[in-house]
Amino acid sequence: MDTYSLLRQIADSWVLLAMFGFFVGAALWAFLPSQSHAREDASQIPFRNDKAPAQAKPAQPKGQSDD
Amino acid sequence: MDYFKLLLLGLITLFAAVASSWGHDLAYQVHAFLIMVIAAVMFVVVLRNVDEPKPVAPEGEYLDGVIRAGVIATAFWGIAGFLVGTFIAFQLAFPALNFDWGQPFTNFGRLRPLHTSAVIFAFGGNALIATSFYVVQRTSGVRLWGGKLGWYVFWGYQLFIVLAATGYLLGSTQSKEYAEPEWYVDLWLTVVWLAYLAVFMGTIINRRERHIYVANWFYLAFIITVAMLHVVNNLSIPVSIWGSKSVQVFSGVQDAMTQWWYGHNAVGFFLTAGFLGMMYYFVPKQAGRPVYSYKLSIIHFWALIFLYIWAGPHHLHYTALPDWASTLGMVFSIILWMPSWGGMINGLMTLQGAWDKLRTDPILRMFVLSLGFYGMSTFEGPMMSIRAVNSLSHYTDWTIGHVHSGALGWNGMITFACIYFLTPKLWGRKEMYSMSAINWHFWLATLGIVLYASSMWVTGIMEGLMWREVDDQGFLVNSFADTVSAKFPMYVVRGLGGVMFLSGALVMVWNMFMTIRGATPATAALPNATPAE
Repeated sequence: MDTYSLLRQIADSWVLLAMFGFFVGAALWAFLPSQSHAREDASQIPFRNDKAPAQAKPAQPKGQSDD
Repeated sequence: MDYFKLLLLGLITLFAAVASSWGHDLAYQVHAFLIMVIAAVMFVVVLRNVDEPKPVAPEGEYLDGVIRAGVIATAFWGIAGFLVGTFIAFQLAFPALNFDWGQPFTNFGRLRPLHTSAVIFAFGGNALIATSFYVVQRTSGVRLWGGKLGWYVFWGYQLFIVLAATGYLLGSTQSKEYAEPEWYVDLWLTVVWLAYLAVFMGTIINRRERHIYVANWFYLAFIITVAMLHVVNNLSIPVSIWGSKSVQVFSGVQDAMTQWWYGHNAVGFFLTAGFLGMMYYFVPKQAGRPVYSYKLSIIHFWALIFLYIWAGPHHLHYTALPDWASTLGMVFSIILWMPSWGGMINGLMTLQGAWDKLRTDPILRMFVLSLGFYGMSTFEGPMMSIRAVNSLSHYTDWTIGHVHSGALGWNGMITFACIYFLTPKLWGRKEMYSMSAINWHFWLATLGIVLYASSMWVTGIMEGLMWREVDDQGFLVNSFADTVSAKFPMYVVRGLGGVMFLSGALVMVWNMFMTIRGATPATAALPNATPAE
């Protein structure tokens, strides 16, 4: 089988399935109930550290703004 | 390190001096001379500072100098690009503006790529680099990684713009739309772009936030994808190292497909993903509320990334490209409608509970308008990618109208809004010098876009219909020149739209100048109204 047909066959089957699976996985992960706190926390990131970099302290407590 | 720099700069100066003398064509000679001068000046500067103690970057501060420079460069290149665009719009209406004395440097064919590159890569690119540096520092909570590398990215990118722009005027082009610069300019951009990627990635890796904020995902996708597109589409072999001409590696329909894979993803990742990065940071900031749904933004990201990369073939309907490929491009273009509108809704709904701010805040109004235009052009685009619609719209001014409603409306407006957001913050002012000037800019730009888009719809559909009109014998009714003369009034209207958009941008530059100079806003209380006597 020439290279084109071989690559084409792989792309049409397993790679397609893998990409689709990845997408569905990412979508499910986004809506995972256990992650909802992390989502909430992430959406607040623009409102932190506006003026100066965060202080280098070990593991900033989650969900708290420092300014 | 200094000695290595000196050696490198000395070698570059020497090579460029030889190249400017041996160069086969004018553009190459001028560029070699330019590089020789820049390298020689840098050589002297480095030499004077050899073994001097280097100032240490303060870790407790953000690197904002490069962002300030980026904001000014954005405004500068914006004015340049809009000015050239308005001029070539009038060249189309009044061909006499292709002055005899300026030939061949100022004809439409050479100024047009100057316009497109100036607005997309110089105006849009500087806006993307500046805002991405601003956003990645704030959302990672650390100073920009790489020390002076950020400045190298900025100045290296300006050099790329200057080489590209002067190259077009002097006739150096590889004739690929939106990828016109020749091989050595492409190589230079690749180096600068990898440095950009390193700075951005380095900052993210150093971050003090657990999560990488969604705006950074979009910026990162933009940087990585543009690097890939740029390298693949510019695979070419120089005819000589002493000349600007090069020969493409791909040929025929493969070349066309590579070009439009690049071309459409320049739209998808440069003008969309990158600018969505802006949206996900600056709209929540200006509205003072977090993004409507962070979950939706994750879906938005992955859907956009997975779908856009396939949409390119819709530029090649009814060509030598196999039908299955152009159908594939068309189908993915239509599916793209969903993530695009999902993102638009996510941006607009961020204002939920803050809609009243629209009445008082012209900057927020600009953000909302830009999202409106994003929604409009991401509806128009999929529609135009349908083969039957494309048979009418392709090669007509409808395409030009579509591009400009996206570029002026979405990219332009969101960039202006970001400039208004950033300027007072970066120069330590409370707010922009004049709020009413922002209002003027808003309306001038909006009316300009409306005039531009509507005149292009009319003339585009008209010429499409005129081209396909046949009489009862099956002969074409119109000659090509008939369609050109029928379009004249619409071309004048389009030019006027351009004048309005440009004057709005000039108002912005004045406002920026006054803000940066630190003039106190002209809001002094009016003296008690005394009746005129």
